[in-house]
Amino acid sequence: MSEPLPNPGAETTATTTSWRLIAALGGVALLCGVLIVTAFQSTLDPIAKNRRIALERSIFSLIPEGVSLHIYAVSAQGTTLLRPGQAMPKEAQRVYAVYDAHRHLRGLVAEAGAVGYADVVRVLYAYDPHQQAIVGFAVGAHRETPGIGDKIRTDADFQKNFVALDARLDASGQALAHPIRTVKHGSKRNPWEIDAISGATITSRAVGRGINDSASTLLPRLHPHLNNLESPP
Amino acid sequence: MKPGEHTLTAFENFMEGIWKQNPVFVMVLGMCPTLAVTVSAINALGMGLATTFVLVFSCLLVSVIRNWVPKEVRIATYIVIIASFVTVVDYAIQALSLGLYEALGAFIQLIVVNCIILGRAEAHASKHPPLTAVVNALGMGIGFTIGLFALGGVREIFGTGTLFGISLFGPGFQPWIVMLLPPGGFFVLGGWLLLFAWWKMRKEAKDGA
Repeated sequence: MSEPLPNPGAETTATTTSWRLIAALGGVALLCGVLIVTAFQSTLDPIAKNRRIALERSIFSLIPEGVSLHIYAVSAQGTTLLRPGQAMPKEAQRVYAVYDAHRHLRGLVAEAGAVGYADVVRVLYAYDPHQQAIVGFAVGAHRETPGIGDKIRTDADFQKNFVALDARLDASGQALAHPIRTVKHGSKRNPWEIDAISGATITSRAVGRGINDSASTLLPRLHPHLNNLESPP
Repeated sequence: MKPGEHTLTAFENFMEGIWKQNPVFVMVLGMCPTLAVTVSAINALGMGLATTFVLVFSCLLVSVIRNWVPKEVRIATYIVIIASFVTVVDYAIQALSLGLYEALGAFIQLIVVNCIILGRAEAHASKHPPLTAVVNALGMGIGFTIGLFALGGVREIFGTGTLFGISLFGPGFQPWIVMLLPPGGFFVLGGWLLLFAWWKMRKEAKDGA
């Protein structure tokens, strides 16, 4: 009878101790851990700076007269100035108060978001407290269909909806006088309506829904405390 | 190397991924980012360069540690190494260009599971010295970038009438929106694969004659 053939795999397994396997995995994990932490620490400041610049650029594009801004947390209890690095209180909404060169409040910018066709569409909108109207909007992160849903960034007619979109409060000051809503393309009749982009109705509706949800909570809380924001701290 | 196996020169090793084994046009690998992010030339280049970075450095490290890592745990170590370099590239893109980072979206993180990288680590880098592994990985990365750019360029030109954001046809151009949608990715990829197959057949016919 012939001898059984040697099994090279079994031989290797027998000679590779558990400690050697753990040491190899641990060594690679340690090396990779050092690599990741080094990359994280060395890019922390540039990333924060990039995010700040991108946000400021968006905000000042909405309110071109603005030269400085301060961040406030708006909650049912009132408004609180947020210093750099200070955490947002729970249940509060972030508002950017934008001031001109004469230190006058030129407008407020808030964040909004709602589910569109592919994912959440995030926008910034500018609110003029003197006109009680939304006077501009900018699209942030989104995953909408290229060439269709992403027209919310570029469609001039859609942008015109936000020249003076009515966001007045009702007599009680507890709710919007008219909910902001997106209507079918070509059927806008009222100043609180958003004329949808033809072929991109779902994304257009997400913009309207997001702004309405944000404004209907924010503005009733904000208006009683507007005097606190009229000039920079 | 096995007895009788042909040894590639450094140039042949480098050109493997660019031409003979191009990951997009010959091996048809990494189709997820190939179809998803190639709606513009800049996205294609960004993704190609990010993948090349991960590919080269992962293969270098895999090759350096190839004699110390037991084969029983090699796949786990490759994945940890690849994931680490993807994290590095993720932070680097955020630090360099937030616009590009947002355009590439989740596909940067998905480089971790790009089969080209794990395939190179397992099939080549784990069996060759560091310099050979790096040259081969660099060729593969450049080949992948060329493939992505070939798709991204065509899709941007027809989908928006621009290349790198520069208008090519003037305001009268009617964009072919379908080119920016998933079917457009398949159309353009199919067109390039057809061209490569025709080229290959023509060359074989010539060599045979």
